[in-house]
Amino acid sequence: MAFKIASSPHVSTTLHTNTVMKRVALCLIPGIAVQSYYFGYGTLVQLLLAITVAYLAEAAVMKLRNRNITATLKDNSALVTASLLAVAIPPLAPWWLIVIGTLFAIVIVKQLYGGLGNNVFNPAMAAYVLLLISFPVQMTSWVAPQTLTVNYADMLHTFNSIFQLNAGYAADFFHLAIDGTTMATPLDTLKTDLSMGLTTTESMTKTIFSGSVGEGWFWVNMAYLVGGLVMLKLKVIRWHISGAIVLTLFVCASIGFLISPDTFVSPIMHLFSGGTMLAAFFIATDPVTAATSPRGRLIFGAMIGLLIYLIRTFGGYPDAVAFAVLLANMCAPFIDYYVRPRSYGHRVGN
Amino acid sequence: MSKYSEIAAQGLWKNNPGLVQLLGLCPLLAVTATITNALGLGVATLLVLIGSNVLVSLVRDFVPKEIRIPVFVMIIAALVTCVQLLINAYAYNLYLSLGIFLPLIVTNCVIIGRAEAFASRNSLAHSAFDGLMMGLGFTAVLVVLGASRELLGQGTLFGGADLLLGDWASVLTIHVWHVDTPFLLAMLPPGAFIGMGLLIALKNVIDSRVNAMQPKVESVSVTRARITKVN
Repeated sequence: MAFKIASSPHVSTTLHTNTVMKRVALCLIPGIAVQSYYFGYGTLVQLLLAITVAYLAEAAVMKLRNRNITATLKDNSALVTASLLAVAIPPLAPWWLIVIGTLFAIVIVKQLYGGLGNNVFNPAMAAYVLLLISFPVQMTSWVAPQTLTVNYADMLHTFNSIFQLNAGYAADFFHLAIDGTTMATPLDTLKTDLSMGLTTTESMTKTIFSGSVGEGWFWVNMAYLVGGLVMLKLKVIRWHISGAIVLTLFVCASIGFLISPDTFVSPIMHLFSGGTMLAAFFIATDPVTAATSPRGRLIFGAMIGLLIYLIRTFGGYPDAVAFAVLLANMCAPFIDYYVRPRSYGHRVGN
Repeated sequence: MSKYSEIAAQGLWKNNPGLVQLLGLCPLLAVTATITNALGLGVATLLVLIGSNVLVSLVRDFVPKEIRIPVFVMIIAALVTCVQLLINAYAYNLYLSLGIFLPLIVTNCVIIGRAEAFASRNSLAHSAFDGLMMGLGFTAVLVVLGASRELLGQGTLFGGADLLLGDWASVLTIHVWHVDTPFLLAMLPPGAFIGMGLLIALKNVIDSRVNAMQPKVESVSVTRARITKVN
């Protein structure tokens, strides 16, 4: 075995918050690109809106708190929060949805708790849950994949839908629904079908699944997975949380699927549909709201994986990522309290 | 008179049952989805509070200390029953929409708290006035919270005022703006918690601004020369 000899200097620098956040935002790009390819320009418009509102809100709160505005804006955390929320909500959702969500995320969930580093909950996911329970109709109407629909929302259509330029939102929205531009997500469809007594195999013959996990969704999740692996390589995140989520979800889903393939969703569907990969690599790994020690992170991630499976399978909402992350956020201080790494020279637990 | 103005200040602002003592949070958060409900429950609580303070103040010298709490609770329960029957008779729809929270006034900590802390130690007139002021303070918080939640949630004010005041009152409903989709969070309990937190924050901001405007009192500090050596 050859020893690799590195030349001096041997001092390594730790990453600054703004670099970490910038890299997270950059690693989101493949996912955003694939999502825009399959689901239209809506995501990009939402992204733009969210980032603008997030920066304005952050600046306003910093002004109220008499803090240094530029220093806070430069840490890029508002950028990441806004991006995560923007990719999570339906691309053609009306503009006020993302504005309310971003304001809630930045002002209430992040800044009222004391700003970056003091927030108990993941801002993007708390805002997502707020929107989901407040506006369930808008939040569960996802755009049909471009490859499946004739009435693909072009740029003009997208702007009309998001900014409600003609006929008001409600009318335009349901008009779209009839034309088939918006529809439920694959997970949602499967859940409804299962509750109506169909088996998974029968339900999966619908065009939206394209024989696997849902048109477009597989590639969107793959793109987020690639972005996540890049983050791992860049040491922006560590493997514990993401690995534990993916593994737990896979194990739970496999057990269910082996017991009764007709009534339980397959593990591949669980892993590559909905927001699984986005959650595993970009959302749950938020250093502020996750557990801190490696063992704690494994527990934290396993908890999210288990909760995603349980809520998706037995809960009332089609996807469970946001709820799972928030519930695990609540437990993070508790996990940290009981899982303390042993410091050198001390016994465990001291 | 200064005692009365002090009682008024305590009840309406300094020691407001809703914002400072945080008593009676359960009805405060549960029924404030609209102004009408908030006002209905506020007035009912106000009536019970005055009545219980008066009665407790009257019997305070005859009740043995050991059993005062059960006695107070029975007095309050009797009054709540009266108010409940009155509302059932004269505002039946409001009675339906307030539901369980009307009989639950009996467990409202504001009422037992004032009976114990104030009425059992003060004269009849003071106790009655304290009941009025605490009740008004509580009602004010209920109405402000109800107004903000109703405005955010449905875009109206005084929606369903006819439940409280009779059919003519439906003209009181103000449509501030039209919403296609109600903002459900404002009408659900989480919205009440967030709104309550913001109201308390607002009160603290006002208090600290007022304090900052007060002229500074020069404190005279007397320093004494030390004559023994410190070890």
